[in-house]
Amino acid sequence: MNDLEVFRKETREWLEKYCPVSMRKPMKSEKDQCWGGRKGTFQSEDQRLWMKRMAERGWTAPQWPAEYGGGGLSKAEAKILREELGRIKARRALDSFGVDMLGPALLKFASEEQKKRYIPEIVNGEIRWCQGYSEPNAGSDLASLQARAEDCGDHFLVNGQKVWTSYADRADWIFCLVRTDFEAPKHQGISFLLIDMESEGVSTRPIKLISGNSPFCETFFEDVKVPKENLVGELNKGWDIAKYLLTHEREMIGGFGIAMAGRETLGGTALRIRGDKGGKLQDGGLRADVTAFEIDEIAFALTLERTVAEAKAGHGAGATSSMLKYFGTELNKIRNEILMSIGGPDALAWGEDDQVTQVKHWLRSKGNSIEGGTSEIQLNIIARRVLGLPA
Amino acid sequence: MALILNEEQELLRDSARDFLNGRSPVAFLRELRDSGREWSDELWTEMADMGWAGIVVPEVYGGLEFGYLGAGLLAEECGRTLASSPFVSSALVCASIVAAKATEEQKSTLLPAIASGELVLALAWREKGIIDPAGTELTVAADGDSFVLQGVKTHVTDGDYAHAFIVPARTGGAAGDREGLSFFLVEKDAEGLEIESTLNADNHRTAQIRFDSVKVGADSLLGEQGQAWASLEKALDIGAISLSAELLGIAEESFERTIEYLKERKQFGVPVGSFQALHHRAAILFCELHLCRSLVLKALEAIDEDSEDLSLLASSAKTKCGRTARLAVNEAVQMHAGIGMTDEYDIGFFMKRAAAARQEYGDEYYHSERFARIRGY
Repeated sequence: MNDLEVFRKETREWLEKYCPVSMRKPMKSEKDQCWGGRKGTFQSEDQRLWMKRMAERGWTAPQWPAEYGGGGLSKAEAKILREELGRIKARRALDSFGVDMLGPALLKFASEEQKKRYIPEIVNGEIRWCQGYSEPNAGSDLASLQARAEDCGDHFLVNGQKVWTSYADRADWIFCLVRTDFEAPKHQGISFLLIDMESEGVSTRPIKLISGNSPFCETFFEDVKVPKENLVGELNKGWDIAKYLLTHEREMIGGFGIAMAGRETLGGTALRIRGDKGGKLQDGGLRADVTAFEIDEIAFALTLERTVAEAKAGHGAGATSSMLKYFGTELNKIRNEILMSIGGPDALAWGEDDQVTQVKHWLRSKGNSIEGGTSEIQLNIIARRVLGLPA
Repeated sequence: MALILNEEQELLRDSARDFLNGRSPVAFLRELRDSGREWSDELWTEMADMGWAGIVVPEVYGGLEFGYLGAGLLAEECGRTLASSPFVSSALVCASIVAAKATEEQKSTLLPAIASGELVLALAWREKGIIDPAGTELTVAADGDSFVLQGVKTHVTDGDYAHAFIVPARTGGAAGDREGLSFFLVEKDAEGLEIESTLNADNHRTAQIRFDSVKVGADSLLGEQGQAWASLEKALDIGAISLSAELLGIAEESFERTIEYLKERKQFGVPVGSFQALHHRAAILFCELHLCRSLVLKALEAIDEDSEDLSLLASSAKTKCGRTARLAVNEAVQMHAGIGMTDEYDIGFFMKRAAAARQEYGDEYYHSERFARIRGY
């Protein structure tokens, strides 16, 4: 048995022993997700145990360096861990913007001291992070942001407003883009700040969406004192970090919802709900739409696979994340449109407030091609950076 | 399972590109057309000398045994320069049937001849009104040890060029049955066989072949009687995937030429490529092409790995590449605008060839119908 086979065997045994049985059942709603954090509550003792056990091994962030509490796994080992988790259908032990977004940026740009302080808290699910990027007048044109941080000797004084801050009302800390130089060209006067949401002067207000949910907030900063040591990277070089992070976010959103293995196929759903005539879906038009979608879905999943293979081989197409983000989100919207058609009038049922019905999924999917950079922004990036078309 | 090329495959693609750019650029297609010809024996001989005709033929029969992924790269490069040859129909599609069905004796004669390019075969599978090969009606009557073929095959790719045909015919069952189909190898000059060809917009010819009591010997039967279906379906999948690769080449080349043109052409004092209306259309096409490439690579690998998903991937690839190529050539002509409508400019050749390649081995409607059937709805 080689090292990887040993790793697989040990991982399988460990998971068998320590992953609670209730954590191997599909989540019923978003409420079953575990986000950790100071304000976090657990749905069950099993959920708490599962997060704690995974965090202790660093497996909430399997490939991060062990010295900061990460799993320290190689790519091959992390792949085995994913496969073994998938084999027993384990729920994700910790959902976290810290793991998915901030952590990779800290590992690349933060000081040693910052890494030692913030990374273990993320791995252990102790601190829940949110992202303060967009502002009322800085959406697609993110770099025109106006939230300001003034240098007051030992601290920054932050004033301004962020919007579309995911789960700000439930987060402990926020990583924020703020303007620190008002004379410089817009991309060059931005800094990357970490702010405790409990600081005096920080407030949030949830935004109710067309789906009835409020996953996003407005976040206000009024004379908030932020220690100087909370600056990540160099002053006025925050845009580099923002770009790096946006790439991660795009990949996350692009892959979201569409590449879920083991899900019922759209054709299967259509057949189950609409019934068949001689083994075929009755409505030829619907059948054609489903087929076109399913072929694109296969092509997209293969493209994700190919992107990983190319990255490993050290050569990938430029702006891959823009392409994946654009296509993945547009596909998810199409999927939801077809699901609404399949369901017909029944699909319109709103349900209880906390019930995630098809109609709410459909409405939520419209945000996919807006958040993390709109589809149009992704197409701009491809046209300019990859195709080299003049501005 | 790789979805990326290894060094050998990259080398093959690069050398094919160099060869085709030098020997058979689009200007060569124009030259053939203007002199009233559709193909060049010399070009095919040179391709065969490089081993293309034997790229999937086992080494023991004189082939390269390089696999279908490599073969697909060649098809794609041929798409880029619109090089015309019987490469797909003879060296890939027909070779696969001979390798799967023929007796050892037949193989030892046929495969080396295919691999050297001296023997060109064409698959005469299509009949009037059908794309589904199970609908084959061409009848066979036994006459002592011989067989007598009666019926008509249509739209035979390279039917004019081939020396002999592989003909799926009905020896049992009824039209619509997968059982009861048999392969016959029929020489071009067999008595009672009549070829009538049509020149198409892409300067290729497709043939209608009439079999009027064509008598063939028992040795012309390829494989067991009534058992042709599996290899026929596989051969057509190979054809569909190879044409998908060619369509990808056609689409990519038209796309790249268009992007270059957008950077050069000026209107209102600026390059037309600076307009966002064109940026987004170009970027969407770029994404579509990227998706097509993933499907084509996976489908080619599926042939090499004898995957059970072969048919599903073949139909996915042919549908997606057909639709994307249609979009690519339409955008190409539109974005070239006036000059794109002229015969003098090359871009129109891509539009014509894409239209024909989309028809070969089943169009998008046939393949999406088949996809839905395989998926069980």
